[in-house]
Amino acid sequence: MTKPRTLFDKIWEDHLIDVQDDGTCLIYIDRQLIHEITSAQAFDGLRMSKRRARRPEANICVPDHNVPTTPGRGGTDEIDDEESRVQLEVLEKNAMEFNLPYIPINDINQGIVHVIGPEQGFTQPGVTLVCGDSHTATHGAFGALAFGVGTSEVEHVLATQTLIQKPAKNMRITVNGRLPAGCTAKDLILAIIGKIGTAGGTGYVIEYAGPAIKDLSMEGRMTVCNMTIEAGARAGLVAPDEKTFEYLKGRPQSPKGGQWEQAVEYWKTLPSDPGSTYDEEVILDISEIVPQVTWGTSPQDEVGINDVVPDPNQVSDPMRRASMERSLEYMGLAAGTPMKDIIVDKVFVGSCTNSRIEDMRAAAAVAKGRKVASSVYAMVVPGSGHVKAQAEEEGLDKIFIEAGFDWREPGCSMCLAMNGDMLLPGERSASTSNRNFEGRQGPGGRTHLVSPPMAAAAAIAGHLTDVRDLTEE
Amino acid sequence: MEKFDTMTGVAAPFPIVNCDTDKIIPARFLKTLTRTGLGKSLFDAMRYDPKSREENPDFVLNKQAYRNAEILVAGENFGCGSSREHAPWALLDFGIRCVIAPSFADIFFNNSFKNGILLITLPQEEIDKLMQDAENGANARLTVDLQDQEITRPDGSKVSFEVDPFKKHCLLNGLDDIGLTMQKVEKIDKFEGKQKAATPWLYR
Ligand code: SF4
Repeated sequence: MTKPRTLFDKIWEDHLIDVQDDGTCLIYIDRQLIHEITSAQAFDGLRMSKRRARRPEANICVPDHNVPTTPGRGGTDEIDDEESRVQLEVLEKNAMEFNLPYIPINDINQGIVHVIGPEQGFTQPGVTLVCGDSHTATHGAFGALAFGVGTSEVEHVLATQTLIQKPAKNMRITVNGRLPAGCTAKDLILAIIGKIGTAGGTGYVIEYAGPAIKDLSMEGRMTVCNMTIEAGARAGLVAPDEKTFEYLKGRPQSPKGGQWEQAVEYWKTLPSDPGSTYDEEVILDISEIVPQVTWGTSPQDEVGINDVVPDPNQVSDPMRRASMERSLEYMGLAAGTPMKDIIVDKVFVGSCTNSRIEDMRAAAAVAKGRKVASSVYAMVVPGSGHVKAQAEEEGLDKIFIEAGFDWREPGCSMCLAMNGDMLLPGERSASTSNRNFEGRQGPGGRTHLVSPPMAAAAAIAGHLTDVRDLTEE
Repeated sequence: MEKFDTMTGVAAPFPIVNCDTDKIIPARFLKTLTRTGLGKSLFDAMRYDPKSREENPDFVLNKQAYRNAEILVAGENFGCGSSREHAPWALLDFGIRCVIAPSFADIFFNNSFKNGILLITLPQEEIDKLMQDAENGANARLTVDLQDQEITRPDGSKVSFEVDPFKKHCLLNGLDDIGLTMQKVEKIDKFEGKQKAATPWLYR
């Protein structure tokens, strides 16, 4: 009898080209997403060594990290900041020169790489997909082996359609229970990271399983897989099921005609075999969680909204204590402060973690009929042109605008603060993005990671607050 | 890629855990189109006063003894976060060719080796000793020998380390991964032929 294989094992074996004596593997890469920040040097490398792109049609180039999100923004030529404009022009030029599919800034298909890949049906179960961006883990929600790579690897994939890799170890995180009211996929993944730590997944591919994961929509699964990298693992996986197929059916790059049935048949063989073993297993129940919020400068620094800022003096490990003290100093917070008392200056709803239609709906449901506190600047940045259009069709833009939110054009925006959307030194945000690192949203800026409904609630209250207090009245 | 065989240099103590790549090089410096010139922005937020932009005298690499450091001795999970290869480019441009820590984040690990930076993983108690050495500044140089997989401490004692044989081979010979893979082009062709038959929808 053959050994039961995990979802990861199956995708890995289906892409293995060569194994060297020392265990180094050459694996085939089916798909690559390319954006402006991590590609210019890769194209330069190709030019210098007179190499071509091996399979141009296996790529999509799109600007996202450094695009303006100003309502009614023009084309690339209208970008004021010279360095940013040139960076976008260079992406376009490179795409043309190497004959790669390219989506310009004002195309309805434009958006954050991790939002548009699935939208286009470019992301599919069983494929290997990479991008010069650590949140490529997002695409694992479809049962694709997807991970972030550096620029040298972007070049390697362009030239050879392969990568040199060692197999990862398998971890399964089984999530039992049902998400309580007021909690979302974001709260679920923050709770997981809080449990296993920011390096807990290093060297692993994490397969998320269990009823709570099955219950999630594709958007929710993407949110969970997206933040896998925040637990140190390069890739997250969810077994493809009917929801996956339903989402993909009819997308521009999804299989067509008779090939659709053939693809679905193959996709159904991918889930881990019963009796598969894992190098590490984590089991948790999320029935009792409350909306999560971070207090520090690592995504693992999370507590429930009704908790207080933790006290480093209660921690015995000296390294951990020192890092907590440093975080609290940077965040300008005193141990023991109730999380609900923390005043915010800015609110950001967006990023590849939480900028899909479901996130827009969840934030709008809280914003509806309410007003953003006068002390707060709040922005909503949809993840793609399609998300924006869909939200506008549903009237969500009006809800946001009436409540006092800024409704903007798609891009990464204040998630990484490259394009001018940023915190000023000392300013504090409630943000639906994925990283609360020092300076991530602007030098000296302080970030509290939350779900979209929690972000909307903070905008209205002017401080971090329990969204359930607003919605359950 | 420059070869790495053996080096002797000043090691800077950098006992920060979970040092993320945003700390190594903040996003606003990623508008560059080249691999060089990022050294001046390495550890920007810690190295300069955010308002005056003057050097922060307390930051280790601003201290006289460490201005020419070529080795970092760091805390666990060094290089976590973003996949930006600008992080190793900035380290290299500053002059850092070797980082020694209890653990590294995966993507940063690969990116560093591809740029000729040697990352050495050692147990915490060994790191503690090397951290002590590093505290002694320019008076205490470390010698890193990749061939023999050994670090020589200032007192002459040696610490041996593990390294992936393939990565070692590439580093010692300054080999370019793409060139190596290109030698396997027939295998890649064959794979594509097979895959196209099995999962034709992936080919358009
Ligand atoms: S939204 Fe943020 S995390 Fe996502 S790809 Fe853009 S910068 Fe990276």
